[in-house]
Amino acid sequence: MEQPSTEQLIASLSRGLAPVRPLRPPARRALLWLGAVAVLLGIALLRFADLAAWAAHHAQWRMAIEAAATLLTGVTAVVAAFHLSLPDRSSLWRYAPLPPLALWIATSGLGCLQYGLGLGPPGDRMGDSMHCFGFIIGVSVPLAVLLFAVLRRARPLDPLPVALTGALGVAALAAFVLQFFHRFDVTAIDLVTHLAAVLCVVAVAGASRRILATDR
Amino acid sequence: MAPESQLQQQEMSWALLMRAAQGGDARRYDELLRSITPFVRNLVRRYCRDPHLAEDVVQDVLLTVHRVRHTWDPQRPFSPWLASIAARRGIDRIRRATRISRHEVSDELAMETFSVPAANNESGALRAAEAIEPLLAALPERQRRALEAVKLRGLSVAEAARESGQSETALKVSVHRAVKALRRLVADGKDGGE
Repeated sequence: MEQPSTEQLIASLSRGLAPVRPLRPPARRALLWLGAVAVLLGIALLRFADLAAWAAHHAQWRMAIEAAATLLTGVTAVVAAFHLSLPDRSSLWRYAPLPPLALWIATSGLGCLQYGLGLGPPGDRMGDSMHCFGFIIGVSVPLAVLLFAVLRRARPLDPLPVALTGALGVAALAAFVLQFFHRFDVTAIDLVTHLAAVLCVVAVAGASRRILATDR
Repeated sequence: MAPESQLQQQEMSWALLMRAAQGGDARRYDELLRSITPFVRNLVRRYCRDPHLAEDVVQDVLLTVHRVRHTWDPQRPFSPWLASIAARRGIDRIRRATRISRHEVSDELAMETFSVPAANNESGALRAAEAIEPLLAALPERQRRALEAVKLRGLSVAEAARESGQSETALKVSVHRAVKALRRLVADGKDGGE
């Protein structure tokens, strides 16, 4: 026999039940979000970026792989965040962005080695690096707000991995967009600055994870 | 009937009820919650040996099912969805119990009262009241009022709901959140104080 309080709870939950619309599958929601962001960023790039210079710069295989790995990190992390926000999806999704992330760091690191850890040409440009830091943060914040607004509809039971993967996704997408304005190869200082910016975004999102779990 | 086909039948029945519940059918939702409660209780007892604590977790699972019922995809099986909610809430409860036991010491003598009236002074109660005042003030208005009505003034849920103009469900959810927030505030306070 049920304890009275559980009985009462069931009765009160059933009373005045409101219909709900089930969420679409996470992959579809992720693709819709990524599609909308691609349109927004695409318009901004067409308006402000020198696409011919970017294409010429990325004709080198290493640069092309670096760009692809950065984009793939962003896409897989966003898709993972949508999956992790639901109760019955595998927690292994949290590891999905790690292979492209490793490739991104490795190809950027290779570029640093080619320039003697940032000491050779194009040299250590601290001013440019700080600009990159600000760029990644500045693009990540609005993207994170847009992403969190959609992710919190699922009211994740464990918001931390959702916040971390989502933040990694938006920071990686911001770093990908940065490459359209980064007309020189990545030096050690650039790499450290880019990773520091990504870590900042991830850390702040992790600290703000409760936003995802609250109802209003 | 073979146990496997019994499970399949149960799964199909729950999926049908949940689909109806997502559409707003209160009667079928009531039927679903009553049907899943023993299953949830069995799962939760793997995490909590204490039957009273386990029943608290069962209620927490039912509240969570209610809150996230839109996250079940009708194209997918229902039981794994329910089981992961129960496991999550069970793990949360173990973590919370571990955290509390790390900071609290059980001392039965502390609860003892004495025959000399002067020994039963109210200073302890006053200190507790003073301590909880700022914590209550930190809660959102709606949660604070719900908690005060039910836990401090001793009103029934129905009375408190009538008084606040909320539904009973909304009031229960507010009380539940307020208790959780208070626990968090107390834990944060202790962490900060160490």
